[in-house]
Amino acid sequence: MDNMTLIVLLLILMGVAYQLGLTRSRAIARNTTGRMNSRPGYYGWLVALWCGLPALLVFILWTLLEPSVIRSVVLNQLPPEMADLTAQQADSLMRRLNDIASGYGVAGDPAAYEVAAAETLSRLRSIGELAKIAVMASLALAGLFLARGRIHADMRARNHVEKVINVGLLLCSGVAILTTVGIVFSMFGEAMRFFSFVPPTDFFFGTNWNPRFSSTGGNAYGDFGLLPLLWGTLMVSIIALLVAVPLGLMTAIFMAEYAPGWLRSFAKPVIEVLAGIPTIVYGVFALMVVGPFFSDLGALVGIQVRSTSALTAGFVMGVMIIPFVSSLSDDIITQVPQSLRDGSLGLGATKSETIRQVVLPAALPGIVGAFLLAASRAIGETMIVVLAAGNSPILHANPFEAVSTVTVTIVNQLTGDTDFASPQSLVAFALGLTLFVITLGLNVVALYIVRKYREQYD
Amino acid sequence: MSSTMDSAADKRDQIQSRVASSLRRRHAKERRFRMFGLAAVMIGLAFVAVLFVSIFSRGLPAFWQSSMTLDVYFNPEILDVGPAPVRQQDESPRDFEQRQQSWRTRLTMANWNKVMQDALIAAKPELEEHRRSLRKLFTNGEKYRLRDMVAEDPSLIGQTHSVKLLADAEVDVWVRGNIDRSLPDSRLQLSPEVRRIADQLHDEGILKVAFSTVLFTNPDSRSSPASAGLAGAFMGSLFMMMVVICLAVPVGVASAIYLEEFAPQNKFVDLIEVNINNLAAVPSIVFGLLGASIFINYLRLPLSAPLVGGLVLSLMTLPTVIITTRSALKAVPPSIRQAALALGASRVQTVFQQVLPLAVPGILTGSIIGIAQALGETAPLLLIGMNAFVANIPATPFEQSTALPVQIYLWQGNEMRNFFEARTSAAIIVLVLLMITLNALAIWLRKKFETRW
Repeated sequence: MDNMTLIVLLLILMGVAYQLGLTRSRAIARNTTGRMNSRPGYYGWLVALWCGLPALLVFILWTLLEPSVIRSVVLNQLPPEMADLTAQQADSLMRRLNDIASGYGVAGDPAAYEVAAAETLSRLRSIGELAKIAVMASLALAGLFLARGRIHADMRARNHVEKVINVGLLLCSGVAILTTVGIVFSMFGEAMRFFSFVPPTDFFFGTNWNPRFSSTGGNAYGDFGLLPLLWGTLMVSIIALLVAVPLGLMTAIFMAEYAPGWLRSFAKPVIEVLAGIPTIVYGVFALMVVGPFFSDLGALVGIQVRSTSALTAGFVMGVMIIPFVSSLSDDIITQVPQSLRDGSLGLGATKSETIRQVVLPAALPGIVGAFLLAASRAIGETMIVVLAAGNSPILHANPFEAVSTVTVTIVNQLTGDTDFASPQSLVAFALGLTLFVITLGLNVVALYIVRKYREQYD
Repeated sequence: MSSTMDSAADKRDQIQSRVASSLRRRHAKERRFRMFGLAAVMIGLAFVAVLFVSIFSRGLPAFWQSSMTLDVYFNPEILDVGPAPVRQQDESPRDFEQRQQSWRTRLTMANWNKVMQDALIAAKPELEEHRRSLRKLFTNGEKYRLRDMVAEDPSLIGQTHSVKLLADAEVDVWVRGNIDRSLPDSRLQLSPEVRRIADQLHDEGILKVAFSTVLFTNPDSRSSPASAGLAGAFMGSLFMMMVVICLAVPVGVASAIYLEEFAPQNKFVDLIEVNINNLAAVPSIVFGLLGASIFINYLRLPLSAPLVGGLVLSLMTLPTVIITTRSALKAVPPSIRQAALALGASRVQTVFQQVLPLAVPGILTGSIIGIAQALGETAPLLLIGMNAFVANIPATPFEQSTALPVQIYLWQGNEMRNFFEARTSAAIIVLVLLMITLNALAIWLRKKFETRW
């Protein structure tokens, strides 16, 4: 019987339990003079939960633990000369035993100890399976009859059921916390391991990025200086903001203050399409269209522009965050109270004067918050820079040249190679931690500014 | 008296003309400002237009491919491999599989090129003298397709079937003029003879550029670029979306319900809320690092499996689902809750029987937006090994696989530029159409069930 059937059977049993609880509570309701504490459905649910939950818990634990228990028992009963197997040898032996035990057969004749071990394996498996079914069934039935037996008029079935629901919901919202804890711990742990190879000062203040391949061996690890990457990130983000902020802000102002209804209802969703397009698409667009275009443009005016450069990546990233800036600013501009505008217009100011001298200053904190959020977006963006920034981790200030960023380097250091022991791949976690801290800081500041601003007009 | 009146009038005129000129200036400024705004909107719209036009114009041709429909004779002399093995009674499954495999190997080793060459020569006998060059016309994968046809139905041997055979990618590029035809021989992959034959066949209508479903039915392929398709990546993405739907949506909705409807005002709940807001802004690649470190390195889950990808994407989309669900719940007016509570319903009853049904459209919209976001994400998948080359269509979420956006990433890096540029754009078209469909569904749901209170 495989796990799927087992679960389905358990669900069916829970359905039966629900029915039993329901009929039982109805029967009690007919025979008592007072009224029942809860509606009959709740008694049904309670019985079903008592029937299903303990068995399910056992099922999960059993399924998680069984393979390792069986494995250790089987490996322990091997003849003593096989005692010191490495983990890999043990893995391949277990695979062989599996093939023998399932009757599939192996290449060549199995050794006597292998046959014996395979027999133990299949015996343990069948015992384990039977035991699992027996334990689950007895738990489910015990829960069922216990709960059913305890049904009486004063039983607060609804409160019990609601308690379970509440706990379930609470556990679900704990997942968010677990995720953050997971991020922080995994990054910290791996970053600490990296810092045991490379001192933090070399990492944070180094101006050279040249991690040699782990295969070149020896203790020479190369240089892990963060600054060229950070500078590249900064350059690309600044270019992106130079594109996105004026365009996004002007778009927001025009949409909020000037645009006639038809234009607004058409242009706003179309521009927001830009926000929904996957970043890999922007990356390919930058690589195939924008890069060659800039390169040709540069050739026309006599500047050498590489087709994969900080400019290309930054420009396309700017296009990507236009809708982000414009919709956030739009929200903030429309939140400025009408009375401020009316006061300014009443004093004879033109619309643009009102916007520039009254609305924008009033909305400024919110808009600054929006810019910071956009900046944190740009810093964390990966695929556009992977494809279009050219990946050359060298400190220079020429936006027409290739750069490399923190995100690109994380991808480069961790793809293809899953060896988590070398500083070459562990550095990805130190970089990730840096990225995490920077974006977190920007977001906290941005949210603080936005929230503070909101309080003024509420 | 009159002089003072004159000077007063002068002054008035002066002031008026000053005001008029300043007004002109201010109005001009107003117009300029307005034009800037309009220009910004137009530039934004132009970006959208350029993006879509360039992708569609590059990608659409890739749905058409050069191919030849030929009568293929499965010559028993060439395919001399004996009958397909049948399982004997006293045979272990392994031995049977070995025999089967050796039969398949013999079948693979058969001279399929000759079968295809014969088919082409049968259609055009004067090509006999160029027999050696004909092999270059077909893409490598067609050998294996013919082999699979026979492996599936061994009775084909000895029969003649009309089969549509794909041309080689280089031939496709040449015939359709996607390469500079004036390049010297040394820079072209195809020999002059093959190019001449290809042109001749193209002129005679044997080699046709026809709509091809290869892109939708085949997995990726390295040895045979012309038969590389998206099916493997699509299944990978589908499995990941299923994991996201099964994990991120229920957990996200449940935690949103808890936070919005049940949570007491205390430090722990504040902590959860701050957490979710921060998680929503964490760069996606950080989730990839989390997956690499915890799921792959610590829990030892398989590399490149859609299950792991789905887990990572679930964690990434969780904040989106929670935030949108919360705003959907917030939009349900408190009067509904108060009415239910006043009638004696418990809080759980109120939420599950009154509030939640009213919030379902908003929750669905939010979930779909989260799923679309997960569908388009690339960076975290690169870190958990989903950029491996996978030549099979995965059948379960535990098998190696790629995803649609990762496939785009892999194809754009392929060195056969003039063939794969169109393929990359075609893959983008498929991905973007999927995203648009999902978003349209979300908008439609919102419009259809939108309630104004």
